[in-house]
Amino acid sequence: MAALLALIEATEHGLKRSSLEVLTAARTAGEQLALPVKAVLLTGPAQHLEQAAAYGAAEAILLRHELLQSYSMPAVATALAQLVQAEGATVILIAATSLGKELAPRLAAKLAAGYAPDCVALQPDGDQLLAIRPVYAGKALATVRLLTPVRVYSLRPNVFTARPSESPVALQVREFVPELRPEDCSARVRQIVRNEGKLDVLEADIIVSGGRGMQGPENFWMLEELAQLLGGAVGASRAVVDAGWRPHSEQVGQTGKTVSPTLYIACGISGAIQHLAGMSSSKVIVAINKDPEAPIFKVADYGIVGDCLEVLPKLAQRLAEFLNKPLPERFQRHLHSANAAP
Amino acid sequence: MRIVVCLSYVPDTATRITIAPDGRSIERQGVKFILNPYDEYAIEEGLRIRERFGGETLAVCVGPEGAKEILRTALAMGIDRAVLVRNDWVLDSFGVAEALAAVARTAQADLVLLGRQSIDCDSFAMASTVGELLGYPSVSVVSRLTLDADGNIVAERDIEGGKEIVETRLPCVISVQKGINEPRYPKLPDIMKARQKPIEELAPPPSAPRSEVVRLELPQRQRAGKILGSSDAEIAELVRLLHEEAKVI
Ligand SMILES: Cc1cc2nc3c(=O)[nH]c(=O)nc-3n(C[C@H](O)[C@H](O)[C@H](O)COP(=O)(O)OP(=O)(O)OC[C@H]3O[C@@H](n4cnc5c(N)ncnc54)[C@H](O)[C@@H]3O)c2cc1C
Ligand SMILES: Nc1ncnc2c1ncn2[C@@H]1O[C@H](COP(=O)(O)O)[C@@H](O)[C@H]1O
Repeated sequence: MAALLALIEATEHGLKRSSLEVLTAARTAGEQLALPVKAVLLTGPAQHLEQAAAYGAAEAILLRHELLQSYSMPAVATALAQLVQAEGATVILIAATSLGKELAPRLAAKLAAGYAPDCVALQPDGDQLLAIRPVYAGKALATVRLLTPVRVYSLRPNVFTARPSESPVALQVREFVPELRPEDCSARVRQIVRNEGKLDVLEADIIVSGGRGMQGPENFWMLEELAQLLGGAVGASRAVVDAGWRPHSEQVGQTGKTVSPTLYIACGISGAIQHLAGMSSSKVIVAINKDPEAPIFKVADYGIVGDCLEVLPKLAQRLAEFLNKPLPERFQRHLHSANAAP
Repeated sequence: MRIVVCLSYVPDTATRITIAPDGRSIERQGVKFILNPYDEYAIEEGLRIRERFGGETLAVCVGPEGAKEILRTALAMGIDRAVLVRNDWVLDSFGVAEALAAVARTAQADLVLLGRQSIDCDSFAMASTVGELLGYPSVSVVSRLTLDADGNIVAERDIEGGKEIVETRLPCVISVQKGINEPRYPKLPDIMKARQKPIEELAPPPSAPRSEVVRLELPQRQRAGKILGSSDAEIAELVRLLHEEAKVI
């Protein structure tokens, strides 16, 4: 009685999108390997579990233990290892979120399982899966085979597309009560501090990112307003973070965050390899740069060769028209004064 | 306090990658290898903790002969002892974790420090794996660490949209991230002295691989690559393309 476990996270608004992607990938892999898919809720409220059924899971499992009231990674890993054994699960999929990247290797080590981190594709290979993952800052792609009976894969968020199942079944929800001792909770989350108001680049579908070509911190309002217009977040290159123009939390790249939004707009960013390492798996990349030779154009789907301080207001105006939304006020004033100038 | 700092020896990001004839690894000839950038923060954090609480720091790398160079950098920064577990690129990452755990066990480490990721394989996996092998708690991607004399730890971990404050205690494994400190530069006399210091060499413990690379390829460029000028008409065209062709707005 083998099974495929999809480990998922929820927020008060529903299952995380990265978890819906995991469920979708699990459904495909489950069909290929002839394994039933069981969803396991790791964090967040259980009220949205119906969504797991919509994405093809037949069963959802809740971990129940008084020691799991607040999140403890080592305790959750211990509980999951017991669950994997109880279910006879052979394949475990999880999103490579900050939670997944920390938990998955611990779980794999407990299960003497092979682990393939941050995969961007899974390919069937007989009764196995091959994992494709970027290595060397995205300069190469490795195809990895796991050699153990139980195998753990984490999936890079935003790369696998979430698609509801065409034939969802009724969801059976049940509880699993692990055996845990207080020593199993040797590290515990005491508090989560949310960044005020602003959307994080890791959670954004659209990122408008700025580099040294933005000329100074005083021009970043353009990116903020454009991001707001598009419902996205502002990102930054390391050069502008190091210069103190933007906070480190916005930095994209090797020493910042690895993002793969649907749309990444790079404004005045040269496209150094360390920057590309953090964003080259974005679905669509737009570059605005005045230097036609800038390396960013090599990875861009669409490029505008021009001064971003001139292009951005015009682009915002076009986008506002297209989206049928009011042009943010600061752009209005800016365009007005630009037109009024002699 | 006994502190073990794990250092990985990685190709400089700026170097060009070519695939070796075996089709599963990179051509290492002519590639510049460096100390993994995140591991400098781990060294610095280890030194600061030793300066506050006393004890000994040990740097360990699982790597080839050439990796002695980064162990010397660690010694020059102030690390007390260095160990090279000789491995000529044959271990998988679980094997590396086993070797690191073995060194930490022998050293009876109270604290094991790592970087958040190795810039070669970017697996973000070592801290959790070594923690599990040692039976220690672990916290990864830590950007602020507070430790008191009783061994209680409060670690701030970067997560999507904020920070997670994690409580744990020694013995423990921590991976650190940029922002936790400003690594010191080794001084010239210390660099000279580090050249004379011995570097202990060990063979890795036996390990059965759990993963294998079956293929390594350079990514295919499949981007549309349409480059436009900045006239009003071209900006309007970009919006059209984003909607009709790329379907992202
Ligand atoms: C170990 C290490 C880690 C690193 N990690 C990161 C990382 O995480 N993230 C990161 O981003 N970088 C990182 N870097 C730095 C990286 O190498 C580059 O230095 C950095 O990305 C450059 O930032 P930039 O593109 O903003 O600046 P620049 O390289 O100076 O580029 C500015 C660009 O703006 C263009 N420009 C100028 N004026 C205008 C204008 N008016 N309109 C339009 N375009 C204009 C120029 O043509 C140029 O292409 C790292 C470096 C190292 C060594
Ligand atoms: N071969 C190695 N030798 C010593 N430490 C390593 C090695 N590989 C990885 N590490 C440590 O583990 C951290 C995270 O690496 P990874 O999980 O592989 O991305 C690195 O920053 C190092 O501190």
